[in-house]
Amino acid sequence: MSELRLHDMGDIVLETRDLTKHYGGVHALEGANFILRKGEHVAIMGDNGAGKSTFVRQITAVEQRTRGEVVFDGRAVHFAGPLEAREAGIETVFQNLALADDLDVPSNLFLGREKVLFNLGPFSILDRKAMREATMRGLEKTGVKIPNILNTIRNMSGGQRQCVAIARTAAFHSKLTIMDEPTAALGVQETAQVENIIRTLKKQGEPLILISHNMRQVFDLMDRIVVFRRGRICANLNVAETNPEDVVAYITGAKTGAEYADVA
Amino acid sequence: MAHTTHGIGGLTYDPAKKARPPELNVFVALVLIVVAFEAIGRLFLGESFLFNTRDNVDAIFNWPRLNIIILQVSIVGIIAVGVTQVILTGGIDLSSGSVVGATAMIAMSFAQTALVNGNPNPKAIFGDWAMDLPVIVPVLVGLGCGLAAGLVNGVFIAYTRIPPFIATLGMMVFARGLSRWWSNGNPISFPTEGYAAIGKGMMPVLIFVLLAVLFHLILTYTVYGKHTYAIGSNEDAARMSGIKVNRHKVLVYSIAGMLAAIAAVVLSSKNLTAQAGMGVMYELDAIAMAVIGGISLKGGRGSILGTVLGALIFGVIISGFTFVKLDAYYQEMVKGVIIVGAVVLDQWRQRRSSERT
Ligand SMILES: Nc1ncnc2c1ncn2[C@@H]1O[C@H](COP(=O)(O)OP(=O)(O)OP(=O)(O)O)[C@@H](O)[C@H]1O
Ligand SMILES: [Mg+2]
Repeated sequence: MSELRLHDMGDIVLETRDLTKHYGGVHALEGANFILRKGEHVAIMGDNGAGKSTFVRQITAVEQRTRGEVVFDGRAVHFAGPLEAREAGIETVFQNLALADDLDVPSNLFLGREKVLFNLGPFSILDRKAMREATMRGLEKTGVKIPNILNTIRNMSGGQRQCVAIARTAAFHSKLTIMDEPTAALGVQETAQVENIIRTLKKQGEPLILISHNMRQVFDLMDRIVVFRRGRICANLNVAETNPEDVVAYITGAKTGAEYADVA
Repeated sequence: MAHTTHGIGGLTYDPAKKARPPELNVFVALVLIVVAFEAIGRLFLGESFLFNTRDNVDAIFNWPRLNIIILQVSIVGIIAVGVTQVILTGGIDLSSGSVVGATAMIAMSFAQTALVNGNPNPKAIFGDWAMDLPVIVPVLVGLGCGLAAGLVNGVFIAYTRIPPFIATLGMMVFARGLSRWWSNGNPISFPTEGYAAIGKGMMPVLIFVLLAVLFHLILTYTVYGKHTYAIGSNEDAARMSGIKVNRHKVLVYSIAGMLAAIAAVVLSSKNLTAQAGMGVMYELDAIAMAVIGGISLKGGRGSILGTVLGALIFGVIISGFTFVKLDAYYQEMVKGVIIVGAVVLDQWRQRRSSERT
């Protein structure tokens, strides 16, 4: 079991304290204390409805939390919306993709932060060529196969869409990348490509939170596993010191981490 | 990069075989409808619909008819340019016709001339201070009215989450009431020469074309356009991508309101009078033009070019019915059929495209 060095704040990228979200009577997330260190790749696992996506949505301010604190990059943050989170350096691949079906690939990659030729406020002229070229460069790195990036997303396969969403996070330099089940819809090759992107991020020392149900993937790629159960964190495990059977036991509730005994 | 035949990851495609732009279908429909009226004319009336058949006039086309077709759709067409943008965001604007009425009344009150044939203006609304003002005053007042109506629509829709249908329905009723109350139902007439020049002759067509081109460029080449399509395509995605969706909606409805105001100024100038009943049902005509032109009522799909073609189809059909000597009542009924037909067509297109995904 990993020891959390709570006194050592220097290398902490993200910390949540007592992060809580209630949807009316549904306690989707309850008192989550979570720490992510520089360069660390952490997996979040747990059954469907355990609160994993909810946790991400509070950090990225897609929704406003009921209670709790988020410390990012050394300061307590309360983003007003996802754009602020992005501007602060948190890139997210959301589980429901967040792509505009009727737009082409470059438009989606740069949605909300378009490259412009002249700044005229809302009527700024788009630099379509630069966005097209940056898209080609960004996508080639991911190894995804897309015949024509000027096609609308509507005409693309689930895997291609997923790769566009992932390329969007990879294309922009970020301080923290969060991926919510990025390979859930992907074929074997595409999954391998996404895993390569994750390895590249690891090499570059960029921290990552990965939500995944794929045990092999998590054990291959991640440093640490945080398990969610019924809205609460119930285990915090070093990959090197645990095994898949153990993780399953935590997920299903057969076991609970010592420091989370009050949860069960 | 657009001209490469190599996609990403080794896949290839033929850039020459681009998907057929939807506007092409609308254009083909326009041609077919023209051909149909031409055929009816030649077969049953012994007359041409579009071509000149009079020997004493040296022209290939029947220009008077062409002019009427485009002139009669240009004022509603200006409204349709705004309504198109609203529909692209996934909204709807039912207030534009009434906003035309109210704006025409208010703007005209500042466009009156003091002396009519040497006598005081019999329709004067205000005192001498409001007479013979420079033309910019009524135009700005009009634009202000449209902006106010659009702002109210946009703020209610964006921040209170009232469905656009309801919010703009409220504005529709309110603005019509305002236009009746403004002068107790009396018409407002006798504008200055400067004001009368705005809508003279083919000026409405010119203004319509300029605005259509302007907004086509804006929708295609600016951030505003990108965000308009993105919101209509997937509002949640737009929000998660950091687009300020609410602010953008307010902007779109405000622009639509101002375009309705421009239509009001042009119309009251062209008619040399403003009446409380002006613009009745224009909102539906404008929506029909957009939908005929391929704008999806679900948002995200279509273009101003499509709306312009839709407006032309609308004009051709109305002129065509006059041409085949069906009277005004039939025209109203046919308009109803066109509007419902266009929406049915849109539903069908939506189903077909969702089957492909
Ligand atoms: N907007 C909402 N309103 C009400 N309840 C919600 C809402 N969003 C999520 N929930 C509930 O919160 C709980 C946690 O949902 P969440 O999406 O975080 O699950 P998850 O761990 O990501 O599951 P999965 O693995 O299936 O993606 C679920 O019980 C869900 O029904
Ligand atoms: Mg989830």
